[in-house]
Amino acid sequence: MKIIVCLKQVPDAKNVRLDPKTNTMSREGVKSIMNPFDEHALEEAVRLAAEYGGSVTALSMGPPQAGEMLRGAVACGADAAVLVSDRAFAGADTWATTYTLARAVITLGGADLIICGKQAIDGDTAQVGPGLAGRLDLAYASCIKKVQEVKDGVIIAQRMMDDGYDELEIPLPALFTVVKEINEPRIASLKGKMKAKKVEIKVLDAAGIGADPKLLGLAGSPTKVDKVFAPEARGERTMLTGTVAGQVTQLVEKLEAVLNA
Amino acid sequence: MLEIDPQLCTGCGVCEDNCAFGAISVVNGLAQVKEQCTLCGNCVDNCEAGALLIEQGEAAVKVNPADYAGVWIYAEFRHGEIAPVAFELLGIGRRLAAARGVQLAAVLMGYDLQDKAQELIWHGADEVFQLDDPGLKDFTDEAYGNVLAHLIKEHKPEIVLAGATAIGRSFIPQVATSMGAGLTADCTDLAIGEDGNLLQTRPAFGGNIMATIVCPDTRPQMATVRPMVMTALPPDKGRQGVVHKLDAGAFNLAARVKVLASVITAPDKVKLAEAEIVVAGGRGLESAKGFALLNELADLLGGSVAASRAVVDAGWIDYPYQVGQTGKTVAPKLYICCGISGAIQHLVGMQSSEVIVAINKDPAAPIFAIATYGIVGDLFEVLPRLITELKNRTL
Ligand SMILES: Cc1cc2nc3c(=O)[nH]c(=O)nc-3n(C[C@H](O)[C@H](O)[C@H](O)COP(=O)(O)OP(=O)(O)OC[C@H]3O[C@@H](n4cnc5c(N)ncnc54)[C@H](O)[C@@H]3O)c2cc1C
Ligand SMILES: Nc1ncnc2c1ncn2[C@@H]1O[C@H](COP(=O)(O)O)[C@@H](O)[C@H]1O
Repeated sequence: MKIIVCLKQVPDAKNVRLDPKTNTMSREGVKSIMNPFDEHALEEAVRLAAEYGGSVTALSMGPPQAGEMLRGAVACGADAAVLVSDRAFAGADTWATTYTLARAVITLGGADLIICGKQAIDGDTAQVGPGLAGRLDLAYASCIKKVQEVKDGVIIAQRMMDDGYDELEIPLPALFTVVKEINEPRIASLKGKMKAKKVEIKVLDAAGIGADPKLLGLAGSPTKVDKVFAPEARGERTMLTGTVAGQVTQLVEKLEAVLNA
Repeated sequence: MLEIDPQLCTGCGVCEDNCAFGAISVVNGLAQVKEQCTLCGNCVDNCEAGALLIEQGEAAVKVNPADYAGVWIYAEFRHGEIAPVAFELLGIGRRLAAARGVQLAAVLMGYDLQDKAQELIWHGADEVFQLDDPGLKDFTDEAYGNVLAHLIKEHKPEIVLAGATAIGRSFIPQVATSMGAGLTADCTDLAIGEDGNLLQTRPAFGGNIMATIVCPDTRPQMATVRPMVMTALPPDKGRQGVVHKLDAGAFNLAARVKVLASVITAPDKVKLAEAEIVVAGGRGLESAKGFALLNELADLLGGSVAASRAVVDAGWIDYPYQVGQTGKTVAPKLYICCGISGAIQHLVGMQSSEVIVAINKDPAAPIFAIATYGIVGDLFEVLPRLITELKNRTL
């Protein structure tokens, strides 16, 4: 089974914050991390390849520095890593991103299974997985929380829903996205780290994936950012004081106003 | 590309401070762009000298907006009920339709819909496109996506909204991709701009930043909308509208993915994402048993329980109840957190709540920085008292 796992490098959310008063960004040395959901996608890919046989290719679209994240993916069990990187990709929304990733997957000769994280924590869109499946015309399901088994070209898996879960039969080739409940990502082994050091990360640019330049990056993106601003500051804050009984009484009074509103 | 005019750049560094990606730095009094630049444009808006410019280029995919008219909402239907978010979408949909001077329509699909379409009309729809077929009994991305895409191609609405629910966020992206349309996820505000385009505002970076998105060159303008943010109109049983009952034969309802079973695990409980009141617990609860107190309080208030990741990891409660960066994002009227420290990864999932109450024995806990009302105390003393007092009041 040939598996491709899509990984995105994202700024660590806790370092990004707009100051509502000055409207300036404070970022204490923006650190880049692997999107947390993608750690689970990677783990599931490695787990399935080990159990059912196959290979895992980690695929990312991003600036050259995302290569380091891909090395980390190899340390955690991916067999190969591919970075699609070109200035022309900058400003891509999910529509242009799925086009670029789809071109990359086609260039890599396709896959039996593609796994994505549910969403990336920078944009929180959760659109790239489904969009990519649509472009590649793959059977698709989102928010997989458990893969029960893979046999006879079919995956039996559970999809998380708002009110419970659905048990699905997904024929290969397919793409699914994962939620964090699916597994516990491993920590890189020493052997993995050694392998990661030596692995050659394949880099493909726009021409290398045979992309139509008009469909890439900002120009190829239907959505445009009109403006970016700080969220409204939270209103009044009150620390209640006094005895426990007194504080509870004050709280209930405040809550009555809220509950009756 | 982000262009910097060296003649105009004063090297003031405002752009550097404003870049979420650390992609600009001022070197020798001149701003320089690095490879991390995502062309988000925040620096351009903030540059007082007007020294920054993003070369937009010609849009590749273009349609004539005048060919498209009408506001549509997708009315999610599952297990015999219309999702509450559908009525909220009709609420905002009416405002948008009025601003554009067009009709508001709802798309309702599923099996055994009975006369649910009527409820959509009472809540503001002028028209309902209804497809009732056994092939739509279970939700599959493919069949649902095919139906919606087919209808959009046929009728060309200018705006299509869906709830940012598990279902909406799963199949709408494929519909948008196949239309060549932009899609803005999880919007919290929608309005019509001066030029007639839909202004789609959404939180990014876990709510630390808000962004307004437009799709000037493509149609329809598509967005998923966060549940519990928009206000539904009260039902008006005198409202008239048209229900178009569609013939399933015209649609492709085949799906490669098969639903073997649909299991409801939270049948009676209020759904977390839709709850107006949320009572959340963290490691301060000390054990799974601690949740009994929370459940009691939640039941009393008619709300849902929720949890921090620490207690989900500890196995005291299931993952669907986790709030935060890797869990759910909620914005209820009231969020009561008990024994939660307030790590940023938790805050990003709940900081848009209207009123936040924090109960924590550590006065330095970061949760107090965003709490509307804070109580420094032992939750095992505070909660039983709170429960008793609330019971007394409601009697
Ligand atoms: C990539 C990543 C993603 C993450 N995603 C999430 C996420 O989605 N959601 C999330 O919640 N976390 C997330 N986390 C974890 C987060 O950083 C915190 O570890 C977690 O939120 C802490 O949970 P807690 O507040 O319950 O526990 P703690 O931090 O241990 O806090 C317990 C609090 O309870 C108080 N307390 C103890 N006993 C009592 C008592 N008797 N009465 C009153 N107060 C008491 C203590 O003073 C303390 O403040 C993530 C972390 C990472 C690295
Ligand atoms: N630039 C990218 N490179 C590789 N994978 C990506 C990229 N962007 C998004 N993805 C994948 O798509 C998922 C959803 O991302 P998003 O739609 O941006 O929330 C992520 O969890 C990744 O698996």
